[in-house]
Amino acid sequence: MQELLMIGIGAAFINNVVLSQFLGLCPFLGVSKKMETAAGMGGAVIFVITISSFITGLIYQYLLEPMNVTYLQTIVFILVIAALVQFVEMFLKKVSPGLYKALGVYLPLITTNCAVLGVALLNVQNSYNLLEGVVNGFATAFGFTVSIILMAGIREKTEHNDVLPAFRGSPIVLLTACLMAIAFFGFSGLK
Amino acid sequence: MSITGIFLATVIVGGTGLLLGLFLGFFGKKFYVEVDERVEQIQEALPGNNCGGCGYAGCSALAEAIGKGEAPIDACPVGGAATAAIVGKIMGKEAGVSKRMTAFVKCAGSCEKTSVEYEYYGIQDCAMMNFVPGQSSKKCKDGCLGYGSCVQACLFDAIHIQNGIAVVDREKCKACGKCIAACPKHLIEMIPYDAKHMVACSSKAKGKQVMASCETGCIGCKKCEKVCEKGAVTVKDNLAWIDQEKCVNCGACKEACPRKVIL
Repeated sequence: MQELLMIGIGAAFINNVVLSQFLGLCPFLGVSKKMETAAGMGGAVIFVITISSFITGLIYQYLLEPMNVTYLQTIVFILVIAALVQFVEMFLKKVSPGLYKALGVYLPLITTNCAVLGVALLNVQNSYNLLEGVVNGFATAFGFTVSIILMAGIREKTEHNDVLPAFRGSPIVLLTACLMAIAFFGFSGLK
Repeated sequence: MSITGIFLATVIVGGTGLLLGLFLGFFGKKFYVEVDERVEQIQEALPGNNCGGCGYAGCSALAEAIGKGEAPIDACPVGGAATAAIVGKIMGKEAGVSKRMTAFVKCAGSCEKTSVEYEYYGIQDCAMMNFVPGQSSKKCKDGCLGYGSCVQACLFDAIHIQNGIAVVDREKCKACGKCIAACPKHLIEMIPYDAKHMVACSSKAKGKQVMASCETGCIGCKKCEKVCEKGAVTVKDNLAWIDQEKCVNCGACKEACPRKVIL
């Protein structure tokens, strides 16, 4: 239990996927304009990463490893993730059209979120078992959600600030991300 | 790498892909959501600018609303009568005659007609003028600021700053209403495309003040109100306004105006 907790905290804060591993930067910068959409994206990412780390864990343990073809992990994982996102999209469309509408275009965009593949590969690299892998996936996605929501909050404020012309738009966002990364660096003391 | 290795890799990746494809195909059928055919057809008929002039989130949202019967078939201001006719055909309804509208900027205080009180060197955006002294650097505090927030808002290149004031190109204007929302001075009004006479001023200041600040400002003398036989012109808060529903384009008010405010 304590082991799992350590993996969780480590993945969510100490090794925050965006701010210290630099994965999933595209949605982090692209969808963090408004708090609402940021939260929607975070929710969708939590959902997809948790399920995908479970399924990729299964495939790795029961298909790739026994067959001795672990070098195929990247391509197989991508296949699984793409299919999974498609499936989640269909499922939500049928079961909960409201949520489907709220997530909109961000749902299919998750396919290209490198954090999803990153988590699956990290699970293998750290040789986590199935449960540890799922916990790691969930915590990573949670960390992603926390940082994207924080970012959206800051961006909503800086939008109205008198920023120097040269820094307007993306530069100020990247600077903000940089400062956030330094702040998150403080979590490494938890180890 | 041996031949078996290549074979094995092909089988595993291909097999996984095939399984996932079957899985998706199966659930695609199972979770199939029926889409109203008419909605798709309506969406094709709409202009596709996603300007939001209809009040919906975009063309697809409007198509859905029309399909459900929540929105009228002529709800798209951009497409006008032509689109309404096609949509009406799809929905099996007759399109009423919808009037073509256009935006109009109620200010004529161009650079020659009014002067500036001070030079403004800040951010070139109308919304920023709320933070400057007097909320405008022009002498007339109600007039067009000329920094073009409306120009940026326009998706159809129909509004431009000419000589310090915004002017609408009636031929290009699709009456989506984006500029109306963008103008912090609330200068833009929707009028019929064929309207001939409009009051090109929005100043509610008293006559003397207007006289001092702009050559072509409405001073609220009520001459136009008196001369109009149809009761279409009314003066309220020192400012004349023409009700285009009642106006018959006789031009009497234009003749009577001592300040040449009525176009």
